[in-house]
Amino acid sequence: MNDLALLLAATLSAGTPLALAGLGLCINERAGVVNLGAEGMMLVSAVTGFAVAFHTGSDLLGFAAGAAAGALVAAGFGFLVIWLNTNQYATGLAVSLFGGGISAFAGIDYVGRQLTERLEHAVPGLSRIPFLGPALFRQHALAYGAMAAALAIAAFFYRTRAGLVLRAVGESPDAAHALGYPVRRIRLAAVALGGALCGLSGAYLSVIYTPLWVEGMVAGRGWIALALTTFASWRPGRVLLGAYLFGGVTMLQFRLQAQGVQLPSEFLGMLPYLSTVVVLVLISRNPLRIRLDMPASLGKPFFPGT
Amino acid sequence: MIRLEVRSTPSRLASALSPLAALLFTVAVAGLIFWALGKDPVRGLKVFLWEPLHGTRGLTELGLKATPLTLCALGLTVCFRSNVWNIGAEGQYLMGAIGGGGLALWFTNAGLDVGRWGFFPLLLLAGALAGAAWAAVVALLRDRFNASEILVSLMLVYVANLFLTWLVFGPWKDPKGFNFPQTTSFAAFTEVPRLVPGMRLHLGYPVALLLAVAVWVFMFRTHRGLQLQVGGPAPLAARYAGFSARAALWMVLLGSGALAGVAGAFEAAGPMGQLTPHVSMGYGFTAIIVAFVGRLHPLGAVLSSLLLAVFVIGGELAQSRIGLPAALSGIFQGVLLFSLLACDTLINHRVRWGGSRGR
Amino acid sequence: MTAPRLELSHVTKRFGDVVACDDVALSVQPGEIHAVLGENGAGKSTLMKVIYGALRPDAGEMRWNGEPVALQSPHQARELGIAMVFQHFSLFDTLTVAENVWLGQAPGRPLQAVREGIRRTGETYGLELDPERPVHVLSVGERQRVEIVRALLGEPRLLILDEPTSVLTPQAVERLFTTLRKLAATGCSILYISHKLDEIRALCHRCTVLRAGRVTGTCDPTRETNASLSRLMIGREPPRLTQRAPRPGEVALRVHDLHLPRPDRFGTSLAGIDLTVRTGEVVGIAGVSGNGQQELLAALSGEDPRADAGAVQLLGAPIGRKGASARRKLGLHFVPEERLGRGAVPTLTLAANLLLTRHEALRRLGFIDRRALRSQAEGIIGRFRVATSGPAAVARSLSGGNLQKYIVGREIDAVPRVLIVAQPTWGVDVGASAQIRAELLALADAGCAVLVVSEDLDELFEISDRMYVIARGRLSPSIDTHQATVEQIGEWMSGLWPAPAAEVIP
Repeated sequence: MNDLALLLAATLSAGTPLALAGLGLCINERAGVVNLGAEGMMLVSAVTGFAVAFHTGSDLLGFAAGAAAGALVAAGFGFLVIWLNTNQYATGLAVSLFGGGISAFAGIDYVGRQLTERLEHAVPGLSRIPFLGPALFRQHALAYGAMAAALAIAAFFYRTRAGLVLRAVGESPDAAHALGYPVRRIRLAAVALGGALCGLSGAYLSVIYTPLWVEGMVAGRGWIALALTTFASWRPGRVLLGAYLFGGVTMLQFRLQAQGVQLPSEFLGMLPYLSTVVVLVLISRNPLRIRLDMPASLGKPFFPGT
Repeated sequence: MIRLEVRSTPSRLASALSPLAALLFTVAVAGLIFWALGKDPVRGLKVFLWEPLHGTRGLTELGLKATPLTLCALGLTVCFRSNVWNIGAEGQYLMGAIGGGGLALWFTNAGLDVGRWGFFPLLLLAGALAGAAWAAVVALLRDRFNASEILVSLMLVYVANLFLTWLVFGPWKDPKGFNFPQTTSFAAFTEVPRLVPGMRLHLGYPVALLLAVAVWVFMFRTHRGLQLQVGGPAPLAARYAGFSARAALWMVLLGSGALAGVAGAFEAAGPMGQLTPHVSMGYGFTAIIVAFVGRLHPLGAVLSSLLLAVFVIGGELAQSRIGLPAALSGIFQGVLLFSLLACDTLINHRVRWGGSRGR
Repeated sequence: MTAPRLELSHVTKRFGDVVACDDVALSVQPGEIHAVLGENGAGKSTLMKVIYGALRPDAGEMRWNGEPVALQSPHQARELGIAMVFQHFSLFDTLTVAENVWLGQAPGRPLQAVREGIRRTGETYGLELDPERPVHVLSVGERQRVEIVRALLGEPRLLILDEPTSVLTPQAVERLFTTLRKLAATGCSILYISHKLDEIRALCHRCTVLRAGRVTGTCDPTRETNASLSRLMIGREPPRLTQRAPRPGEVALRVHDLHLPRPDRFGTSLAGIDLTVRTGEVVGIAGVSGNGQQELLAALSGEDPRADAGAVQLLGAPIGRKGASARRKLGLHFVPEERLGRGAVPTLTLAANLLLTRHEALRRLGFIDRRALRSQAEGIIGRFRVATSGPAAVARSLSGGNLQKYIVGREIDAVPRVLIVAQPTWGVDVGASAQIRAELLALADAGCAVLVVSEDLDELFEISDRMYVIARGRLSPSIDTHQATVEQIGEWMSGLWPAPAAEVIP
């Protein structure tokens, strides 16, 4: 019973960075832009967030710095793909490679440093409920922030005019342009916001989750978050669920190890990646469904004017 | 605000100058970074860009590093041209290294001396098969289940990496290796024949160059090659013409997987002479940059792999000579790719500054 | 005398070296239905985008009710009371009708008010729509209604319609005209852009004619003839095709009881299609777009090989399961509707584009004989008078008309037994259209079976010997063109044809 509560708690905690990044990418893609640079943005933000939190001692500043770094890198990416119409896949890959390089470079002095002990997190009162308390209410505030963000983004998409405009831009930038909407600025805003959420996710990883900086510490979570958006048919609520599912898989490997399962740790370590592949296969099997859900202009360049 | 106008025909001048402009911009940024880090920019650039070209040793090392880059980038060139986004060349490379290295290990342990020239074709085959098999997983899942090749190929990189780690920490670990994660050193006859006495440059490089020419002929002089290139920019035209998209998918993935696998096998049985977790140094990822900087052209890939090899070696030298981290090289590679992508816009577009509609 | 609702003077707009609008003047009175006439590429659409604020002119002045205005955006135009119905609808497929309309309104108006507005406008003007349906399930005519309702909800004082009838049946055109006349009676001005002379004479009060970006005349269309309007529009009378006497031979292409489930949710299923084309005749298929044309063409060309083998027969041989290149080898060639991206690869040279459908320049193992390829391309460029720098020009550098001539030429040059052409002259200038039509007729005379699928009724009446109509995935019986009337074909286009009689042609 207690074990299960701990597993649930660990799942929530491991799912949070995936959820944050996945939600950010979801906003991106709803506006019609694929950012394969998620991994790179998260790495840059992870090292930025860690450095700021390390020097100032303030997690909050660390998060802010991480989000700002993510937004900044994303804005650079956005400028290239939205204004210069460079290939979205190639540019995104460049961001990932570049992010890996620059974070490794900038983080050299922080390798092996540890942030001061994180305090236990607990929601007053609720955390004392038997089972539910340890399972759900002893998370860092950002874990609840991710849930709130999913709700807020869903409300934005489906309950506000601005959200409708964003979806319209992703559906048909030409039509939106013809109606007089500033397609490029809307896309840039979506990309920057997506970058900020990816940045927050990176900072959460280095400041709260581990909490230390290691080169390449994002370990494919950016790519898994990209898979999440497809898995979730670009719906925020499903992104959240998917993130916890993957978080659960990650935790399962430790759980299996602890239970003495006779499988080398490397194979258990493959679980998150293999399950991503399996989920992709299951979800993509029906191309018609994907086509109906997918923002129609996803990945395609847009030229305003003539 | 900037405004772009589409040119009706791509500018030849811009096409030729764009990589050069991108390189110049990258060098300028590199100089700035050296300066910002309190190092002499001229000396920094000299160490980074000039010294790798210095002397027989420098040049042969350049060819050595360019070998895996060329091989991987050749496959990616064909993939990207046909709109198949295989970004997992790194994984295919690792599997090739495991295949080739495993074969060398098996021959070593069995004491089966077939001679250098006898082993070389076997090595080539083992690497190609292992790499192609790994890429075949991507092709299968894409073909049968429509799963994104981008994500699947990348996930398989992590899996391949963990698999290699398991091998060298576990079943293939050298029993006399003081518990280091590495295999026994391979027998001498398994080594890829070297070209220059005393230098590590090996037969793999001429093989890569030959393959580059072959890929060029295939892409630009045969109907099959043309078919692959139609599917990328104009899938509807390919359908109209009756070119099979499935055949193209399988062909480019198996081909690029095989090429990356060969690169891995060469590295394992060439300069390494054993398998360790560090058989790659990220060649499969750097090759993505090589392919783009080479303008998705096989002969361009030959040139750009030399350029990127300079960057890789330059990074190592910068570390040993002026105490800068080797990760710097990764930054320069990223800047190069960014600026190239931006410069490429100029080939197909005319930029107008100011003016009205920049929204 | 009140000031005109809209007055343009000396408006000029350039794109690079091309002058799209050159010193254009235009004046529209309140309540006036004003036609802007011109052929493809005359600058009509550019001019309308300038008026709608989507493009800014390089020079010139625009006055609105006598006041000079300089529009920065469509939002601003809508605030003034200018609304536009686009030719290629600016609708969002996955959103509902209400959401689509909402996006075209000024911010601040609640969605509920928009829903009611849609109902009210629908009743007033006979434009009924269900606000909650997603747009992708609507027919083309209904989609246009969404566009018009969206424009009307802003209570415009000037409504711009860009080629609104190109997607409608003749009956639907009448309905549209009724709506527009009602609207004009309320004092709203209408700018009606078209190249269809009959429509302009039937509907409009005044007409401004554009040719190559310049105004060539302003007139009262009710007092003009088609010939006099045409002279203003293209500088001469429309080229006439010589009458030909068809000599139908053996059956070249036969489709029998073809059923195909739709390939995806946005498509149309085909049901019980029966079709014959004989050598030496030109057969047309009319219909409003989206009624199964794409699906039928894919099943005929081999891009969709799911049909029963015997359902499609070429010269008696079952080919229903063969792919596109196999059918081409047997002599069935196809010219698709989209030129760039389907009929030709935009980034490849004209010579390389030959290799999509022609294999004469291929040698052993698929090696390309570049010399042979080049001279083959030169031959087609010469024979079909394609204006281009040569075989090395990339496809996207050609104008629409010239690229179409090259693509049609590529297929005709292959000496096909059956040639299927979709929208042969869509978006092509008058000169090239006439040439392409004449080439198709000559090909039929030479003994080829020609099947033309087009949404342009005038074109089908001009070139086909027999016609079918496609509606909702079903095909009508065929009718000899000289027995058919526009009204009858129009009725058939709504799916109302007589119950399956015996085929007219045995």
